[in-house]
Amino acid sequence: MSSIVIVGLNHRTAPVEVRERLAFPPDSIGRALRGLVELEEIAEGIILSTCNRVEVCVLAGGDSYKGVTAVKEYLASYHGIPGDELNSFLYHYDGEAAVKHLFRVSSSLDSMVLGEPQILGQVKDAYGFAAEFRTIGPILDKFYTKAFSVAKRVRTETKVASSAVSVSYAAVELAKKIFGSLKDKTVMLIGAGEMCELAARHLLSAGVKGIMVTNRTFERAVKLAEEFNGTPVRFDELGTHLKTADIILSSTGAPHFILKKEDVEDVIRIRKNRPMFFIDMAVPRDIDPDANQIDNVYVYDIDDLNNVIETNLEERQKEAARAEEIVGGEVRSFFRWLESQQVTPTIVMLRRKFEEVKNAEVAKAIALLGAEDPKTKKVVESLASAILNKVLHPPITALKKDVDGRDVTELVATVRELFDLPENGGNQPPAPDPQNGKEGG
Amino acid sequence: MHIALLKVTTAFYLVGALLYLYFIVTLKEKSAKLGRMFLLIGVVLHAVGFVARYFAAGYTPITNLFESLSFFAMAIVAVFLVTELRYKLRILGSFIAPLAFAFSIFSAFQSGEVARLAPALNSYWLPIHVMLLFIGDAVFAVAFGAGIMYLLQEKEVKRKRLGAIFKRLPSLDVLDEINYRCLTVGFPLLTLGIITGSIWAEYAWGSYWSWDPKETWSLITWLLYAALLHGRLTVGWRGRKAAILAIVGFCAILFTFLGVNLLLPGLHSYTSLSG
Repeated sequence: MSSIVIVGLNHRTAPVEVRERLAFPPDSIGRALRGLVELEEIAEGIILSTCNRVEVCVLAGGDSYKGVTAVKEYLASYHGIPGDELNSFLYHYDGEAAVKHLFRVSSSLDSMVLGEPQILGQVKDAYGFAAEFRTIGPILDKFYTKAFSVAKRVRTETKVASSAVSVSYAAVELAKKIFGSLKDKTVMLIGAGEMCELAARHLLSAGVKGIMVTNRTFERAVKLAEEFNGTPVRFDELGTHLKTADIILSSTGAPHFILKKEDVEDVIRIRKNRPMFFIDMAVPRDIDPDANQIDNVYVYDIDDLNNVIETNLEERQKEAARAEEIVGGEVRSFFRWLESQQVTPTIVMLRRKFEEVKNAEVAKAIALLGAEDPKTKKVVESLASAILNKVLHPPITALKKDVDGRDVTELVATVRELFDLPENGGNQPPAPDPQNGKEGG
Repeated sequence: MHIALLKVTTAFYLVGALLYLYFIVTLKEKSAKLGRMFLLIGVVLHAVGFVARYFAAGYTPITNLFESLSFFAMAIVAVFLVTELRYKLRILGSFIAPLAFAFSIFSAFQSGEVARLAPALNSYWLPIHVMLLFIGDAVFAVAFGAGIMYLLQEKEVKRKRLGAIFKRLPSLDVLDEINYRCLTVGFPLLTLGIITGSIWAEYAWGSYWSWDPKETWSLITWLLYAALLHGRLTVGWRGRKAAILAIVGFCAILFTFLGVNLLLPGLHSYTSLSG
């Protein structure tokens, strides 16, 4: 029997140092996805990789334990991290728990910033990649489509996401506590990242004086600067312009610090200790966290901002309880559908098998009777059908019956074993076209 | 009459301080507004009491420890009210009002009897010299409060655990600004206070400077603030460093004022407990 399995780590189970090693950059995700579904145990797979979480969701062909082990081993070998070291950071869910987990993640109930809106887009991106590389089939397709609609319901029916407290908003709040008024402050945007751009937008609407944009590709800097009505700066001239920046937003893809503690010390001296606020959204990080020890310098990385927000969410917790109820209901209904995906083919096979027996026996009986008149034929036929229906009624009813907490998988397995039904067969629902199945947005 | 007034004043300061403390816990604006009202009424009554005592005594009542503490408390409340008006910083009251109350409580204990003025103090220089210094000290008291607030808030931001303090205290920038403003107002007052004292000393004792303990400690205090002002203007000392110096400076003021009086005998011993 197949089951849905999710293996992953997030901001709660693993520090940024581990998450950055486990991240799947977009340009190599296709390779990772294909490698994943090539595994014997795995039928379908999706990889979600954000700066806060890396999660692999698969449809495991065999039992879920094997699926979990296979994914864990895959993660370890793909990233070249010893399995023992990795396991302590990983969590896994299967069956109903996995359904609940994805619904909660998509609805932003599992986010560091409860209700933050970015995660849904990230889950959709992950789904898009899997659809593009054809690593999902009907079950995961339906699963993710459902997750998106659950997220939509949560967003519209509760206030969890209405007054979005996001990482970028937290950055603005911090800037105000450091600088007071932002009116005469200048922002430097290094690199391009969704969260940095969002924070820059928030800072602009909070009234900062100006914005400088730099990027390794100057053209991108120019483009982005136009968007923000700011000034583009060449990346190699960052050093000379840094001293005029009060708030620095950074998210480059650099593998090492682009600003070391000594660099920041130099700049702050030139600035005569006018405060600087570094917001480092990059994973791996761009700015040496030790620079935070310098007087009048404040360095927050993505984890710090996440921590900040987590302490600030009590009001949302109330709304979250309602969101959890919605999710709970949707989990049950989806899981019922998932079970029916196992039950329906079993019932069909069961019927087909008995039908075949009946037909063979009826034919035999009629041949023995040598009866030609249609009435005898009909009597024999209906006798066999009646027995068949009455005998099959209880097991089919039992299979169809919906009882909370009942393990349908086990029941299906028993029925298949008792009546010697094949492992595969029956009518699987047709695979939807992954492209058409993709939700917009 | 003036003693009763000063006792009532102290009660007003107490209620004001409690309201401001209630405000910092609950963040109820009403509590802070009410607290300010109490401090305002308190300081007016205090001024009336001060003037009444002046007429009763026939000299400015800042000649002994109790009177000085009482005047100091009045100056602190007045400077605080002006600062609050200027920066709209209610929360500062939660730090300053208890301090003002602590000093003013002494005024409630002072004797209703007006002592005969020591001959050396019978001079126009007395109110000028002492009031300049106490108003300057009061300005530095506000800088001290802002300095403590700065250190608390800075620790919160640096440690990245943004809890109740982060939410309640104002921006680091405004606290540093208060530090600077207080320095630019307080330092000239302190300087003038010392200069007038020196001139008066020439008249009274025949020497501008005699290195008695109070003079020495005044100089130390002055040097501390001079260093802070110099550092600020030249190499940009600010933030944490400035906050620490404002706190150290105020401790030096308190020692010059209280410690020297109580521990080190010298020419200025009018304000010792026995005096």
